[in-house]
Amino acid sequence: MTDWTDIGALEDIPERGARIIKTHMGCVAIFRTAENEVFAIDDACPHKGGPLSEGIVHGRSVTCPLHNMVLRLDTGLAQGADSGAVNTYATRIEGGRILLDTAKLRRERVA
Amino acid sequence: MTKNLIVIGAGMASGRMLEHLFETQPGVWNVTLFNAEPRGNYNRLMLSPVLAGDKTYAEIVTHDADWYESHGVTCRFGEKVLRIDREAKVVVGENGAVHYDRLVIATGSNPFMIPLPGHDLNGVIPYRDLDDTETMMALGARPGARAIVIGGGLLGLEAAAGMKAQGVDVTVIHVMGHLMERQLDEAAGYLLKKSLEEKGITVLTSANSQEILGTDGRVSGLRLDDGTELPCDLLVMAVGIRPNVALAKDAGLAVGRGIHVDDAMITSDANILALGECVEHQGAVFGLVAPLYDQAKVAAETLGENPAAFIPKEVATKLKVTGCDLFSAGDFAEGDGREDIVFRDPARGVYKRLVMEGSRLIGAVMYGDTADGAWFHGLIKDRTDVSDMRDTLIFGPAFQGGTPSDPLAAVAALPGDAEICGCNGICKSTIVDAINGGASSLADVRAQTKASASCGTCTGLVEQVMALTLGDGFEVQTVKPMCPCTPLTHMDVRRLIKSRELKSMAAVMQECGWTTSCGCASCRPALNYYLLCDWPGEYQDDDQSRFVNERMHSNIQKDGTYSVVPRMWGGITTSDELRAIADAADKYAVQTVKVTGGQRIDLLGVKKQDLPDIWADLNAAGMVSGQAYAKGLRTVKTCVGSDHCRFGTQDSTGLGIRMEKALWGSWTPAKVKMAVSGCPRNCAESTCKDVGVICVDSGYVLHIGGAAGLHIQGTEVMCTVKTEDEVLEYTAAVVQLYREEAAYLERMYKWMDNVGLDHIIARVVDDADSRRALADRFYYAQQFMQQDPWAERTKPAYRALYAPLADLTLEAAE
Repeated sequence: MTDWTDIGALEDIPERGARIIKTHMGCVAIFRTAENEVFAIDDACPHKGGPLSEGIVHGRSVTCPLHNMVLRLDTGLAQGADSGAVNTYATRIEGGRILLDTAKLRRERVA
Repeated sequence: MTKNLIVIGAGMASGRMLEHLFETQPGVWNVTLFNAEPRGNYNRLMLSPVLAGDKTYAEIVTHDADWYESHGVTCRFGEKVLRIDREAKVVVGENGAVHYDRLVIATGSNPFMIPLPGHDLNGVIPYRDLDDTETMMALGARPGARAIVIGGGLLGLEAAAGMKAQGVDVTVIHVMGHLMERQLDEAAGYLLKKSLEEKGITVLTSANSQEILGTDGRVSGLRLDDGTELPCDLLVMAVGIRPNVALAKDAGLAVGRGIHVDDAMITSDANILALGECVEHQGAVFGLVAPLYDQAKVAAETLGENPAAFIPKEVATKLKVTGCDLFSAGDFAEGDGREDIVFRDPARGVYKRLVMEGSRLIGAVMYGDTADGAWFHGLIKDRTDVSDMRDTLIFGPAFQGGTPSDPLAAVAALPGDAEICGCNGICKSTIVDAINGGASSLADVRAQTKASASCGTCTGLVEQVMALTLGDGFEVQTVKPMCPCTPLTHMDVRRLIKSRELKSMAAVMQECGWTTSCGCASCRPALNYYLLCDWPGEYQDDDQSRFVNERMHSNIQKDGTYSVVPRMWGGITTSDELRAIADAADKYAVQTVKVTGGQRIDLLGVKKQDLPDIWADLNAAGMVSGQAYAKGLRTVKTCVGSDHCRFGTQDSTGLGIRMEKALWGSWTPAKVKMAVSGCPRNCAESTCKDVGVICVDSGYVLHIGGAAGLHIQGTEVMCTVKTEDEVLEYTAAVVQLYREEAAYLERMYKWMDNVGLDHIIARVVDDADSRRALADRFYYAQQFMQQDPWAERTKPAYRALYAPLADLTLEAAE
């Protein structure tokens, strides 16, 4: 089941940057790459909880601002010698608006 | 019995459909063709050559009057269709109604006009049809005519190149950071921009149009949101197209972005078909000609009651902006499990990028040399397994089938007169002669021949020549590359930025042969610093290439909160400032208030969304950012000096404040800390600072190169000067020399180790002209640097970035 929610406009996020959204499951970081793709992952690094939304975005990866762990935006997996992962959430862009699949972010509340 | 077919729109798609129809079903259809333009089907793709003067309209006509007549087509050109009556199966035109058995809607698309103030002025046109083309051509007849094109996509650039060919002075305004961002990546976009600029076209990227200016109802210029005003006689808007669905929508057909059609090109009404740029098929709309021709074939079959289905195919665009070779095919975004193969030849302006997924090629972008485009496109389309030829894939089909070549063998095969170093024109034999004459290291070869001494990109080749000539006697010197994106060192890159006048990150990555498309978290901040330092006032600081602390202008803490440190000039504060700090600490629930080693106060534990507010409060009390996060001037620590101290020889606090006011705001390779002590007792600890001043009775002793961090390093004495003004000039000069020569993240003492104290003394102390030039360059840059980042970021445009994009916790519970 998917639950698409409009969370804002693509242009609200700087190119190669990120913004966060608040949810009942914690903050989710919404990234925009140089190619204008949008990805959503948990805003907490699996290493020590660093805010990934403040990291430097390169290609489809982000480098955590606290201790430089590199995570893929599309899979949520840590790269290189590190291991670990964050949750990813589906997004799509329609007419310049960002839609986020919030199904995973609501599940526990509904139950 | 013939059936009545009405076609609305005489474009390329419907024209192709009619050709199929008359070929496969001759005599079946009695066709009426409506067209709003007062002419029949012509090849719109060839409008650019018409504009450039290479072709005439007559040469691009696809169907002339004879063709329509011989196929019995009733042409109602120049007549608008008013409505479709589906009940009565009638199309009502301006000159009367016609009955249909089947109807084909091929209304194409409308150019999108940005509703800027002034968009309805005379002389503001789209680029869509022959009339627009003729308007642009007419402009070329006027000497000194100026045109602006809004939109750096394919169409906009065609318009720009065409008008330039007609002698018009053209400026292209593009809102995105690089041209044709949908078809090209940043590197290829950079090459395209460069090539257009060489043709004399001005290209402004990341430019936002604000208002179209006019006089007496006619366009006279364009204002950008940064206030720039550009005069023009004609403004062409080429920002995109929208499917033209008005008629279909009014007739009650299912319409989304385009007119909905199924695989057989039938709309929600079984008697009505649609094709071309006006349709939406499985969520996709179309703008390139190849799928439209496929649709034309399917529509003709459907009309003949033969089963046919439109299947969208992989589309490659071989783009031709007059005189620039571009190719883009497939998917070239980066992704998990995807790998890039990048080839750059900076001297020839060639860039090729292949995107691999597993054993398959899935995307290709090429610029400058697109000869192999068709071959790559075939590999993408056919999903060919390319693992066997991966090593040489990027060199194209000519290189396949042979054994991978040994790079040394290739160098060995070069003739003596082959050029190795392009910058200095040094050929292989000159290098070999130098080696045989005794040169045994890269430095020797550089010194004797100048080979690889300029830009350094041929260093690898020179080393190979040395390896061949010296055999085992040569060991390749290991230099540490800047990051995995490039084999070049920090110093190589800095030299290239200056010698080749590279002024953007894309320019550096292209000209220096970066192997990644947009760098990494290690090279981007360094390049951002180098460009900012070398091109003050020209290069735009890139926030997204800065580490979090410099982007947020606060220090991030382990729990994701920030610390805020206002500047206290020379460590001097007032009771009013302290009250404002105390108030801010209360108001924003600061966890910890800490006195720092740099003689100021740190407020720890501020939430991100509170930052603009706390900054605004501190700004209001007259305080600015202490830049406690910056690779720049942190503090100038002082003692109380001659004002109060019985040992003080000079006004150390006053001098410290002067220094801090002169030097704050400047970005440096790493942090810079300073101190001024009023006497040799050194209470301000000047001898472990990057620049330390120790006052003596006769003047000021200037120390440099100290540090007290991971590494403890005492300073060296640079010189002694007599006046405060001299202290400021010498300090600015030595900081500027450090800014220009050090590698990113290299503290001053490390740079001093590398270049030697003598070098610094020679440039800053012994040579007065050099010192003044350095200080002048420093102060020139300061005019762009000394802006309080807090004040900037409390403005509304920035504020939004500190707040969440959305708050889903506020939504009503389900």
